[in-house]
Amino acid sequence: MSPSPADPPAERPAREVTEQDRIVEEIRAAAGLPALRGGHPDRAFGPYRSTALRSPSQPLVIAPPSLTERFAPVFGVVDVAALDHDLTRQHVGDPLGERIVVTGRVCDGEGRPVRNQLVEVWQANASGRYRHEGDQHPAPLDPNFTGGGRCLTDDEGRYRFVTIKPGAYPWRNHTNAWRPAHIHFSVFGTAFTQRMVTQMYFPGDPLFALDPIFSSITDEKAQQRLIARYDHDTTVEEWALGYQWDIVLDGPAATPEDPDDQ
Amino acid sequence: MSELSAFPAASPAEPTPSQTVGPFFAFGLPFSGGADVVPPGTPGAISVHGTVRDGAGAPVPDALLEFWQTGPDGRLPSRPGSVHRDGRSFTGFARVPTDRAGDYAVRTLRPAAPAGSVDAPHIAVTVFARGLLHHLFTRIYFPNHTEANAADPLLASLDDDRRVTLMAVPDGSVTGPGYRFDVRLQGPGETVFLDLIAGSDDSDGRAG
Repeated sequence: MSPSPADPPAERPAREVTEQDRIVEEIRAAAGLPALRGGHPDRAFGPYRSTALRSPSQPLVIAPPSLTERFAPVFGVVDVAALDHDLTRQHVGDPLGERIVVTGRVCDGEGRPVRNQLVEVWQANASGRYRHEGDQHPAPLDPNFTGGGRCLTDDEGRYRFVTIKPGAYPWRNHTNAWRPAHIHFSVFGTAFTQRMVTQMYFPGDPLFALDPIFSSITDEKAQQRLIARYDHDTTVEEWALGYQWDIVLDGPAATPEDPDDQ
Repeated sequence: MSELSAFPAASPAEPTPSQTVGPFFAFGLPFSGGADVVPPGTPGAISVHGTVRDGAGAPVPDALLEFWQTGPDGRLPSRPGSVHRDGRSFTGFARVPTDRAGDYAVRTLRPAAPAGSVDAPHIAVTVFARGLLHHLFTRIYFPNHTEANAADPLLASLDDDRRVTLMAVPDGSVTGPGYRFDVRLQGPGETVFLDLIAGSDDSDGRAG
């Protein structure tokens, strides 16, 4: 990985080595290892401490997908309410923060659009706080922001959310650990094997190189695939900044002989 | 949408890498009735339940499980409405978070094998959790399908001590027939997890 502005300054006068320094060292050591297929993270990624007891020790068993696994749950208008895609309109008032539009396409590995499938998002509010009992970060909750949304992709595989830019927040992986701002995404393909949950990040975040979750993607090109692009064409005049982020699912799509009754 | 921002059509693309579901999915992913593949009171309904545990045997209270399956007729639902509960349909899909004790339970029907399938009846399962950077796939098989299980390619390829991790254990209760299926992420009795993507590559060269 190339040096970035987030690297801890090496030539500063001597100071105590911090836990964050050690994490960054471990991250850099892992960056030299060959990336896994598709750029996915190794489930046993040491710098993200919680993986230690939650990653299988046995290798995965390679199995051809069953017929069940070659198809996926089907979604339609009945699954999504008209305003579910707009996280800024779920309460009486407007949420605080920077209003943004996040949009892009979901496609399979061949570049074919994934149509009418469910995309779900959840995120912290503008001050970096989740509406969740487990979030003890002393930042304010926003009575006008819950932080969950969903939509269906259109015929070209496009999704679109209106939300506010989430804040960075501290977590307890190590002393003074902070997550870069991100939006969680959950996406279905046309086959169960394509199921994907990931996180979308914002360009230029100084926390990338310090963050064990982002850095669990050890291939730099694969890292770039998690970062949205600011797109002025998506920006809406006098209203919201726009970001584009395309999602590519791996695994084979459903076979054309889909027993679809639509 | 301008031409500049248009996605290049039909060009091979590298996958978007996975990231953990994290600890705070509770207001984003679980949905009302998510554990009910069929409505309460459905004749023939079974409970499938269990505990998710980590490498130290401790319960995992922040996992999320998804289930996808055929019905007793061997068919997969193909109508929209997989996260909508209308009070009458078999949706084939469930999503349920583990509770503080690491437990989960879903109400469903027994799956049957689709016509022509080489695989024994099973429920496909996806496991997500904080601390799990990339979801895990596994399957729940049922012990009463003795012949089909013996012929199932995956089950046949596994040693006994590993095969047993994919087998639901009959475990009825006051609510009716039930099956226990525990998920062990790591360590003794570790659940068999599947690489279906590599499995797809393998099958590309085969007829059918």
